[in-house]
Amino acid sequence: MTVWKYGDNINTDMLFPGKYTYTCNTAEEIKPHLLEDLDPSFAKNVKEGDVIFAGKNFGCGSSREQPVLGLRAVGIIAVVAESFARIFYRSSINQGLLLIECPEAVRSYKVGDQVWLNIVKGTISVGSSTFSFPRLPNEILAIRDAGGLLPYTRQKLQQRKI
Amino acid sequence: MIMTFAEKILAKYAGEKKVEPGQIVTVKPDHLLMHDNAAPIISKIKPELQQYGVFKRSLPVIVLDHVIPAAGEKNALQHKQIREFVRTYKIKYFFDVGYGVCHQIIVEKGLALPGTLLLGSDSHTCSYGAVGAFSSGIDRTEAAALLLIGETWLKVPESIKITLKGQLHRWVTAKDVILSIIGDVSASGADYCSVEFHGAIARFSVDERFTMANMGVEMGAKNAVFPVDNVTMQYLTSIGVSKLKYKPLNPDVDAIYEKELTYSLSEIEPVVAVPHSVDKIKPVREVTGVEIQQCLLGTCTNGRVSDFEIAAKILKGKKVHRNVRLLILPSSRSVYLESLKKGLISIFLEAGGTILPPGCGPCLGAHQGVLAPGERCLSTSNRNFKGRMGCSEAEIYLASPATVALSAINGKITDPRKVKR
Repeated sequence: MTVWKYGDNINTDMLFPGKYTYTCNTAEEIKPHLLEDLDPSFAKNVKEGDVIFAGKNFGCGSSREQPVLGLRAVGIIAVVAESFARIFYRSSINQGLLLIECPEAVRSYKVGDQVWLNIVKGTISVGSSTFSFPRLPNEILAIRDAGGLLPYTRQKLQQRKI
Repeated sequence: MIMTFAEKILAKYAGEKKVEPGQIVTVKPDHLLMHDNAAPIISKIKPELQQYGVFKRSLPVIVLDHVIPAAGEKNALQHKQIREFVRTYKIKYFFDVGYGVCHQIIVEKGLALPGTLLLGSDSHTCSYGAVGAFSSGIDRTEAAALLLIGETWLKVPESIKITLKGQLHRWVTAKDVILSIIGDVSASGADYCSVEFHGAIARFSVDERFTMANMGVEMGAKNAVFPVDNVTMQYLTSIGVSKLKYKPLNPDVDAIYEKELTYSLSEIEPVVAVPHSVDKIKPVREVTGVEIQQCLLGTCTNGRVSDFEIAAKILKGKKVHRNVRLLILPSSRSVYLESLKKGLISIFLEAGGTILPPGCGPCLGAHQGVLAPGERCLSTSNRNFKGRMGCSEAEIYLASPATVALSAINGKITDPRKVKR
């Protein structure tokens, strides 16, 4: 597993340039442009199971959802950040990308540290330290458990029909 | 019950007497905004739309603005798909190419009213706090879900109270105020929060409030709002909205805020956001002389008649510097038309400006004024992220219409207070 480490205020233009917003919509179209203006090595080298560590306000800026779709499509298991911008946070819930808000874990990370995630317990281990992160509220877990917002919405529509 | 604006409105829409920060509520918004992204949104839910239809045909408001007129076949096809969707599902509020930027249209057409709740698949949806509405951005997937079921969850935010005191100096504008505040609180300083503006707000027109609420998201805010007063009501009357059509919801005087900040307007000076972050704020006097190749005057942040009036005062009888392209981007067709009638457009054309069709233009870097490597743009828009205007090796500085107008004449960033009277 590779840990990709970035700083504060990583905005949506860095994650996926706005000039492609209306021409690239599918995962395959999005992937080559992920993090293009931030870290050109990312799209080439990212692998299934990698993790991103970042500072404050990750995902700030536009409401475009290609960054979330793209990160999920390339197999990022989780983004661990000091904090997230809210539209990005909601979008990640909707698409099933795991976000972990844990400033302590981010600050303690040093290059080469092993990272372990325990989603059930809500803990993240970085090197020799373990940190816990808060459980999501039930309303949000229900969306995640359904497999994202659209499957959740389909369930609701079917219930309404009955 | 003592509540902030966000608490009051979310309690109302959740059908609760009182709500508290952190609480999750289910709400049915009055409107859902979409723009060119309506095409990818509806394509996510084609079978569901066929089976269940849209939740309510008056819920969505669709404005084509992001890449208009279509820059390429892909955009043209998306626009066509949207028009077909609008016809099939008899969508009530559709504004085709040329009406203007979605946020301006929502306010101008009276679709955002005091005490209403709107969500939109665009981050600058927070703009409607200018007229006392609660409005916030969401992603495409959530817009798709709302189209089908008309409701979603919201977390009741903590609130930040910003009190403005005193009076602005000449050539210092609402844009300088909001940029200064963002510089102070930082790009993440209002993350997840509702921002309320208080104090000397009666001095700010709805246009100016729009500029400030529009940029709320640049400090991370969920929404940004001005309490409803006579200025709001007069504006709404001017666009033909009767007072009987809305019921303002204002925060309680003794509501509890996460943070309270006070700014003295007389201490604010003309500022710019320097590359590549909106919270990197410097007084214009510290970057004076920086050469620019493009100026963008307009957008949903500063593309209204009052913005153009300020710029026209400076540009009247002058010529734009030969090294500068001055692009004028009216936020709507009615702004364009009124500016035309007032003679502002002639002033811009005579000065050597280029008028773009009312829409988003080069702000998001898709067309109409994309920058080249090494170029620098001084813009009245709301974002200066790296690559924002289509080129990651270009630089964007953000400023007020006054600063942009005078700088366009000089070919370099200039303090608007240097205007010769």
